[in-house]
Amino acid sequence: MPAFTPPPLPSDDKRWKIVNGTMRKNGFARHALIETLHTVQSSFGYLDDDAIRFVAHSLRVPLSQAYGVVTFYHYFSLKPPGKHTVTICAGTACFIKGSDKLTAAAEKRLGIVPGQTTKDGKISLMAARCVGACSRAPVMLCDGEVMGEVTGEQMLEQLERWAVE
Amino acid sequence: MTIEELEQIAESVRLENEKYDYEVNVCMDLACASQGADKLREALTKAAEASGKKVLIRRTGCMGPCSSGPLVRVDPEEVLYSHVNASHAEKIVDSLGGKAIPELQCDLNEHFDKQVRVVLENAGHIDPEKIDDYISREGYKALLTALIEMTPNGVIHRITESGLRGRGGSGYPTALKWGTVAKAGGDLKYVVCNGDEGDPGAFMDRSVMEGDPHRVIEGMAIAAYAVGASKGFIYVRAEYPVAVARLTTALREARRRGLLGSNICGTTFNFDVEIRLGAGAFVCGEETALLASIEGRRGMPRPRPPYPAVAGLWGKPTLINNVETYANIAPIIRNGGKWFASMGSERSKGSKVFALTGKINHTGLVEVPMGIKLREIIEVIGGGVPDGHTFKAVQTGGPSGGCIPAEMLDIGVSYDGLMKVGSIMGSGGMIVMDDTSCMVNVARFFVEFCMSESCGKCIPCRAGTAQMHTLLTRICTGEGTMEDLELLEELCDTVKSASLCGLGQTSPNPVLSTLKYFRNEYIEHIVHKRCPAGVCNMKAAEEVLA
Repeated sequence: MPAFTPPPLPSDDKRWKIVNGTMRKNGFARHALIETLHTVQSSFGYLDDDAIRFVAHSLRVPLSQAYGVVTFYHYFSLKPPGKHTVTICAGTACFIKGSDKLTAAAEKRLGIVPGQTTKDGKISLMAARCVGACSRAPVMLCDGEVMGEVTGEQMLEQLERWAVE
Repeated sequence: MTIEELEQIAESVRLENEKYDYEVNVCMDLACASQGADKLREALTKAAEASGKKVLIRRTGCMGPCSSGPLVRVDPEEVLYSHVNASHAEKIVDSLGGKAIPELQCDLNEHFDKQVRVVLENAGHIDPEKIDDYISREGYKALLTALIEMTPNGVIHRITESGLRGRGGSGYPTALKWGTVAKAGGDLKYVVCNGDEGDPGAFMDRSVMEGDPHRVIEGMAIAAYAVGASKGFIYVRAEYPVAVARLTTALREARRRGLLGSNICGTTFNFDVEIRLGAGAFVCGEETALLASIEGRRGMPRPRPPYPAVAGLWGKPTLINNVETYANIAPIIRNGGKWFASMGSERSKGSKVFALTGKINHTGLVEVPMGIKLREIIEVIGGGVPDGHTFKAVQTGGPSGGCIPAEMLDIGVSYDGLMKVGSIMGSGGMIVMDDTSCMVNVARFFVEFCMSESCGKCIPCRAGTAQMHTLLTRICTGEGTMEDLELLEELCDTVKSASLCGLGQTSPNPVLSTLKYFRNEYIEHIVHKRCPAGVCNMKAAEEVLA
């Protein structure tokens, strides 16, 4: 059997080298699929068809299996994120302290539901299962930064700031 | 590395610390960090330099009472300051060597008096990124003692003596699990740490992994020695980036010190650990689903037996324990099984860490001896319900658990005690609800969670949770009938008995426990079309009535 040669990098974008590095570190083993997809998402922000195809071919995983893994896990996104992301925690403690109202207010202001991005590509609205900052519920993440004991006004102010940027 | 060398490291840390007259510990856990603990630490460092005093500013893991954060503890006086911000830095440095600052000092004696510190013994005392800090507090001593002085069987025997039960929720005796893996044949075995803390409202494991990562690694290494494994995996949620970073640093440091790798401590024992990231699937907390995820597949559970202890990762015998279980191992080896068994109730030994959140005054992490009354946790340690509201229920065990009403607060917290009242210990989330929470809506919240987290493999869970959600939504919007309630109860029974894994089997618990203790709220919604807590929107019903 001829030795396996991984496919060439999809483009000369340097980020593919980082992706390739994760696979090489794991000896191009099939079980590195999730690890590699994490690297793709942290480098590119999301997973597109080219990326999934490249990773699947490199690790000799059927495309169906790679796509199955991507769609199974909430953390992976098939769409590019907006310029800014507001994530509202929907964990139990946050729910008890009214995070559903925050989500409703954000939906109303942005005209989208969690998981979507505004048409101008500025703001993505996400819902998190629990970020583990329960003692300061309700919690939201503005571009990854945790903010606790959030009020509706605070959140809307932040959204306004981003919208006029 | 030998025990003497460990002691030398500890000694050098002591000598280094003696160069300072004061230690100012700043809690940098998520809750405090989100309130500016970073800036506070910078300001303290600057103020200390300007003052010329010999002050050691140390960042630490979670100190516990998050609602009073950012927290600062000044040693050796052990003065705890709450709600500190960067503007207080100079004042704090000025006060060193003099009188404490009364307006910042917090009186949490009652909060701490009822607690014990086993898993959290280092929390707030060490810098999580410094292995030497951990070693100076007897870190890795248990591992070396086990390797040099004990046989693998001896280690398991000590865990048996301690009576430790799995802290992930089910409470399976840890030593039994270890014994099964140890007896399993084959030269390749794995040790896995379940850090996929998926229960919404629980963050104990995050705090342990972030605040004291070496404790988890040491526990895993001891377990690996006991069962004969040479390779370990820590499965951590990707939502915990700090925990991943801290563990990565800790693993690197442990390898550098020769505490992981080949021929650890000059013995024939080899062990190393890799980190695997979760990707946001609650079902991966279930052990067979977790293993599938480590293997790079969709996290779908499979029927047991065979149990992972016999055929786990890549078909090899695999030991899976929760973060907190591993965190208990080192102190048990150091202090003996009897010491551990002296704490707690008859069938639940030791202590348990809870994440106390919701409508309660002192939110945060608490560690209590097993058997303590629920009332003491809520009223004394937690300081009761704020803003003049009344306590309604406490939810334990996450989406698999139940709601415990006020009249049941005198039960002791133990695996069996909580099970008896229709809840479970779970991983340790404790969410307090007051009279502004509608129990039907809470049940619907959990069922919605299970519905969206169901992996879809078995029908009772996939279809059952969706139907339960539809029925609960009907009740919450005022369209429910008494027949719906009957159907809901029947459905709960089916889903409970016919689902494949724990997620499905326990998903009816929040419904069943609220039906048991708060049935009148369901009836109010159905018969009188009103929500007693004023939470549910009964518009649909109003339209019908009009």
